[in-house]
Amino acid sequence: MSSFLTYLISGLSLGSIYAIIALGYTMVYGIAKMLNFAHGDFIMVGCYIIFTVSGALSGNSIVGIIVAIVLCTLLGITTEFVAYRPLRGAASPLAVLITAIGVSYFLENLALLIFGADIKSFTSVIKWEGLTFADGNLRIQGVTIVTIVVSLVVLLVLQLFIKKTKQGQAMLAVAEDKGAATLMGINVNNTIMLTFAIGSALAAIAGALLCSAYPSLSPYTGAMPGIKAFVAAVLGGIGSIPGAMIGGLLLGIVEILSKTYISSQLSDAIVFGILVVVLLVKPTGILGKKIQEKV
Amino acid sequence: MNKTKDNLITYGIVIVAYIILQTLAVTGILSSHMKGLLVPMTYYAVIAVALNLCVGILGELSIGHCGFMCIGAFTSAFFSKLTEASIPAAPRFILAFIIGIAFAALFGFLIGIPVLRLKGDYLAIVTLAFGEIIKNVINAFYIGVDKNGVHFSLKNAMELNMEPDGQLIVNGAMGITGTPHNSSFTVGIIVLLLSLFVVLNLINSRDGRAIMAVRDNYIAAEATGINVTGYKMMAFVISAAIAGAAGVLFSHNITTLTASSQYFGFNASIMILVYVVLGGIGNIRGSVIAACVLYLLPELLRGLNTYRMLIYSIVLIVMMIYTWSPKVLEWRKRTLGKINLPWKKANI
Amino acid sequence: MALLEVNNLCISFGGLRAVDDFNLTIEKGQLYGLIGPNGAGKTTVFNLLTGVYKPNEGRIKLDGNDITRKSTTEINHAGIARTFQNIRLFKNMSVIDNVKVGLTERFKYSALEGILHLGNYRKVEKEMDFEAEKLLKVFDLDKEKDILASNLPYGKQRKLEIARAMATNPKLLLLDEPAAGMNPNETKELMDTIALVRKEFDMTILLIEHDMKLVSGICEKLTVLNFGRVLCQGETKEVLSDPEVIKAYLGE
Repeated sequence: MSSFLTYLISGLSLGSIYAIIALGYTMVYGIAKMLNFAHGDFIMVGCYIIFTVSGALSGNSIVGIIVAIVLCTLLGITTEFVAYRPLRGAASPLAVLITAIGVSYFLENLALLIFGADIKSFTSVIKWEGLTFADGNLRIQGVTIVTIVVSLVVLLVLQLFIKKTKQGQAMLAVAEDKGAATLMGINVNNTIMLTFAIGSALAAIAGALLCSAYPSLSPYTGAMPGIKAFVAAVLGGIGSIPGAMIGGLLLGIVEILSKTYISSQLSDAIVFGILVVVLLVKPTGILGKKIQEKV
Repeated sequence: MNKTKDNLITYGIVIVAYIILQTLAVTGILSSHMKGLLVPMTYYAVIAVALNLCVGILGELSIGHCGFMCIGAFTSAFFSKLTEASIPAAPRFILAFIIGIAFAALFGFLIGIPVLRLKGDYLAIVTLAFGEIIKNVINAFYIGVDKNGVHFSLKNAMELNMEPDGQLIVNGAMGITGTPHNSSFTVGIIVLLLSLFVVLNLINSRDGRAIMAVRDNYIAAEATGINVTGYKMMAFVISAAIAGAAGVLFSHNITTLTASSQYFGFNASIMILVYVVLGGIGNIRGSVIAACVLYLLPELLRGLNTYRMLIYSIVLIVMMIYTWSPKVLEWRKRTLGKINLPWKKANI
Repeated sequence: MALLEVNNLCISFGGLRAVDDFNLTIEKGQLYGLIGPNGAGKTTVFNLLTGVYKPNEGRIKLDGNDITRKSTTEINHAGIARTFQNIRLFKNMSVIDNVKVGLTERFKYSALEGILHLGNYRKVEKEMDFEAEKLLKVFDLDKEKDILASNLPYGKQRKLEIARAMATNPKLLLLDEPAAGMNPNETKELMDTIALVRKEFDMTILLIEHDMKLVSGICEKLTVLNFGRVLCQGETKEVLSDPEVIKAYLGE
């Protein structure tokens, strides 16, 4: 029983990381209406920055995290400005998706050039050992607790930001109708840029947590978690912030439990299988809204 | 009949390239390393043609096409290993093609049922999901044959409970070892020409026009009496089948066939997409040329290898913005006027 | 028997009754106008007739066959073709190929013949080219047949959309604001085109229009929609002089 609990908690922890990444996805998708395929690679960039800065400062990871958040935010804004903004309003929706794939490819190969293909071992940014329950039978690692707490805090802050601030309301308006939002005096470009900034900052935080829990870093570290987080965002309902949270947690738990009890080889197949089923049965996800094309 | 002439040029380019390269290979001018690149070059060109049918003609982005290649590779290799002793090489290889193509088409159909109900980004990400599922599931397969028949397991080779004389054919993540090396440059070129023949002819037929109509405006296509789902499926299945043929070439050219990410993961699929985009979306000849050049170039210029992916990614981004950005298009209209650039015809 | 018979058609979106108790009878050969202020539900009626939306209640009969709740494709096969308010051409295809898409269901050969370019392929393609060029000539588009549809000037794009619809050999043609965005000259030309289509093909037409001049000039009968309901129905002259209609259009 306690081993099941351990797995469940480790699923929650992984799920919390997915949730933070999924929040970035869901905001960008909901507001800019584009799938930022490179989002997962922002995580990888964040990890390398923390790795480098902490290394240079002999293990001071707080500074590393702050630098990573700042630089990732800048990266997000730059990417949006250089690669995605020119394609807003393009006749084909595939154009921006292929561009995003290009950005993802670019970041991975840039990291490959700078840091090499070998896997770096990442020192956890969380030094706390964690808690022990039931006479040592159930141990919860520090990184697990911190991850879950951080994801809850992020969720709360984001909800408050969207509900209570002018910028948050502007985001909702842009998500609803770009044209109408422009007429209401909202600067659509700035709003989308802010969305990317927030999403990318979250990617840096997710990176710190991901590499603390799974301490191996390579140029491809972000790709798979990024795609799975997208699955989580779809599962929860794209555009919905609580949905991203629920989707992330569910996905993390399913992944860990299927790895443990079914087959480690097949766990990814199960995760992607969920995506397929959700999109067929309820394409709007658990908390999503329906959209129909106007004829 | 301008289109026919255009198609003949495409076949001509492939045949001329074949004659030149084959002459170089036979006369010993090509190093053995270079000769080893010729077959992969053909199967990458074949799968690029397949993907362009899906992306350029059908207008749906697939980032899981290597999954169909994987199915073609494994089913045909399984067949060839199983019958290696009982059927002579030539008919066996032809049967292997039929089997690889048929299975890839079958999976194209089965996967197409859910996938083609989706659109745009969702469709793309689900093709990626299926590509990964195929790879992961094949990695978990253990299949052996003994005198009692075929044994199958998802756990490990011991679970097969085979007689001692049994032959293990698919060994989980270790894949299939020792598939006969039947692929050759000549066979590769024949498969490429056949794929081109199918796709180019399709484009110039009523079915092809219906498929492109669905791509350009599915609402108008429905109102014009086009069976949207049917034509989407047709294009997707043909595309998967051709990718399967590329897989057969692949598996009969390699000693150990594994469902690894390097060959069949989404990054491999994206590499094919790079060929298609840089060759011109919707431009079938462009895909063939891009696949061949982009595959050979880094092998020829070793120094370029370090930077090639970086360069490809930048070219990909610049190309998309140049072709699709509304502002850039406006600027091009103003400055370039009515000059008819070849990529003006490129279409998604 | 009437060509089109619509009884008690209703559809709601959320709480809004977009079309309520809509009735319409069109006889063969008529040119019928559907008018009304913005947001009255005109395009929604078109979308109901062509199966884009499925009605909550009501029946649609074409030539005696019930086509209620059929798919858009099936309804086209049954004999209704349409154009769109915001032009929807196959932009990356040539002008003639746009029309040939419309011919897809009328001129057939198997997929295998298409892929191999064997069997009936050449013969049927020739017939399709002949038919398509004949249609393009009617719409004065034959000189532009090989250019991309998106490179046509606006007025000609509208014409091509009608030509494509005609290629499916419909019994009833629906035109959704064909004159939208046209200058007076183009509108005049369009009226001639519509008159030509009627004469040449003996076509029954239902059109949505804002341009009163166009409506009063060519339509024989009118239905006026307001807030999803039929405000008035009948001969063009009577309808246009109805005080209710004037009120809905000009306000009080």
